Amino acid sequence: MDTILETNSVYKIYQSGNISVTAVDNASITLRKGEFVAMVGPSGSGKTTMLALIAGLLRPTKGEIIIDGKDIVKMSDVERTRFRREKVGFTFQANNLVPFLTALENVELMLRMNKRYNRQTAEQAKRLLVRLGLEDRLNNLPSQLSGGQQQRVAIARALVHNPAIVLADEPTAALDSERAFQVVQILSELIHEQGKAAIMVTHDLRMVQFADRVIQMLDGKVARVLDSRNEIEALAAIGQQQSPTQTLPAPKPKETIPTNPLPFPIPALQPIGD
Amino acid sequence: MAFYLAVKEILRNRGRFILFSLVIALITVLVLFIAALAQGLADANKEYLEKLDAELIVFQKNVDLSTAASRIPRDKFNDIRRIEGVAEIGPLGFATASIVSEDKTTLLDVSLIGVEPGKPGMPPALEGQPLRSPRAYQTIIDGNVAKQTGIKVGDRIRIKTIVGSDEKFHTLEVIGITDGRQFFYAPSIFVPFNTWDSIKPQPNQNGLTVEGIANVVAVRVESGESIETVAARIQSRVSNVEVVDRKMAYEASPGYQAQQGTLNTQRGFTLLIGILVIGGFFQIQTLQKVPQIGVLKAIGTSNHSIAVAVVLQIILVTILGVAIGSIGTFLLTIFLPDGIPILLNGTTALIAISTLLLIGPIGGLVSVRLALKVEPLAALGM
Repeated sequence: MDTILETNSVYKIYQSGNISVTAVDNASITLRKGEFVAMVGPSGSGKTTMLALIAGLLRPTKGEIIIDGKDIVKMSDVERTRFRREKVGFTFQANNLVPFLTALENVELMLRMNKRYNRQTAEQAKRLLVRLGLEDRLNNLPSQLSGGQQQRVAIARALVHNPAIVLADEPTAALDSERAFQVVQILSELIHEQGKAAIMVTHDLRMVQFADRVIQMLDGKVARVLDSRNEIEALAAIGQQQSPTQTLPAPKPKETIPTNPLPFPIPALQPIGD
Repeated sequence: MAFYLAVKEILRNRGRFILFSLVIALITVLVLFIAALAQGLADANKEYLEKLDAELIVFQKNVDLSTAASRIPRDKFNDIRRIEGVAEIGPLGFATASIVSEDKTTLLDVSLIGVEPGKPGMPPALEGQPLRSPRAYQTIIDGNVAKQTGIKVGDRIRIKTIVGSDEKFHTLEVIGITDGRQFFYAPSIFVPFNTWDSIKPQPNQNGLTVEGIANVVAVRVESGESIETVAARIQSRVSNVEVVDRKMAYEASPGYQAQQGTLNTQRGFTLLIGILVIGGFFQIQTLQKVPQIGVLKAIGTSNHSIAVAVVLQIILVTILGVAIGSIGTFLLTIFLPDGIPILLNGTTALIAISTLLLIGPIGGLVSVRLALKVEPLAALGM
């Protein structure tokens, strides 16, 4: 498998006077094409900081972060902004969408930002939303969408411009259990179908069942990497025990979601030039 | 991209942006109204002197350039005329009078100005005939008089002056109408200097009066001569006179500087209020949009695009507000009564509108700075 992401001995140390706090401590991870990785850990374990470092929103104190063959640590701010625009797809916990743009316009935004908006790509954006079950919501504003629908629009936006990597920060935090499962399930499916790579930061252990690998963070360190199905299912079961009131039917990704079959080879966009 | 974001946000939040445009429109009305009032009042005071067909005005010395207090006796006319570089002179007399109806009720208070026919100071007749006869009871009226009273060329008007404590009435034939030539906050009527001398208000009917005393003398300088040099020559060779150019003459009018200063201060404060209001609005809006701006930056929108979008919004909203306000002010000036000295000419309006268009971006600079300072990490709640 091709390596999409490689972090080598990454540190993020915050210094305030004589006090220093190590938010990320010697973290080395890899992510391959077609892989959906969950990053879990308690609050303060450094998982969101790690995501911010991978996204180029923060500069590491030390270490290398190589995405798609390029070390983003060596890039200038302007270069990193451009890199995020072209190579990274994002979903966030909340305030995901631009409130004055419709669902379709929010997805098309990535195409416009990358100067790749045309009739063909606009049609692909529409098909992606249809694929995510939002055919009736294309022209709705975010305020007219439920939390789950907003997350699905964000997933479409994260994928439409053919990024190298998708980063999802707590995509289920604001959702009820049923919608949370749906959102992560469909994100996982699309990542696998399109051969993308994704990292999802989550505090909800139940969601790891959709991941190919699980990275457990603790005190800023990569404490454990789970890559066997049994280990991942066991962790998901622990999550299920921690949320007994939110039990759900065992997920059957292929049968329950998506409701709409994929009508086209997704999304067959041309890679963006440097 | 920036234009797309700016316009989409405005279109999707029409109510909010239109409401704010109306606030800018009200500020525009206020600024333009004050500018028009300043111009109108200034014109009411200086219009005649500003349009005078002479470069220099000779006042009596030590009267603080007051046309009412200044006295230039007839013997000085020739002294001034003989100065090298003087092409032509025209004695001017200023007084106040009233145009009255048949039953002697006042129709309009006017400035009664005596001018020498054919000499500097005589206004051109845009309609009818110019003054020719030096002693005729004929008049050329200011366009404002015609507008406010409906008097036409060929009409005979009665004017009232006060001599001692008595009212004196005189009949004048209107032979011409000139353009706006107000003086000392009243529209003017022009009569031959000698006629003016005999009908002007007098403090005492039986007192000693000396004929042919002008208030000031208008001097036209020969072409090619330096105005300053000629002014200096007159001042050095003619005793007891002070020579100034037109601008200095009307700026020295009683209250002119204070009035214009007050109105300009008001205009300045209104513009300052405009800057603060626009700045405040966009600052609050930017603060509300911090998470949204954070997301936009996180997904790769450049600082440049964010800043341009903010500035474009400010410019578009300001243009809309100023346009509405300008149209509103224009309608206001049409429907206001004639008595209110409002004058919105092209230059005044252009300066005011340009200033108003500038206050938007100036006021919005703070919000641009705020928007640029938003960290994309805000999208991750960090």
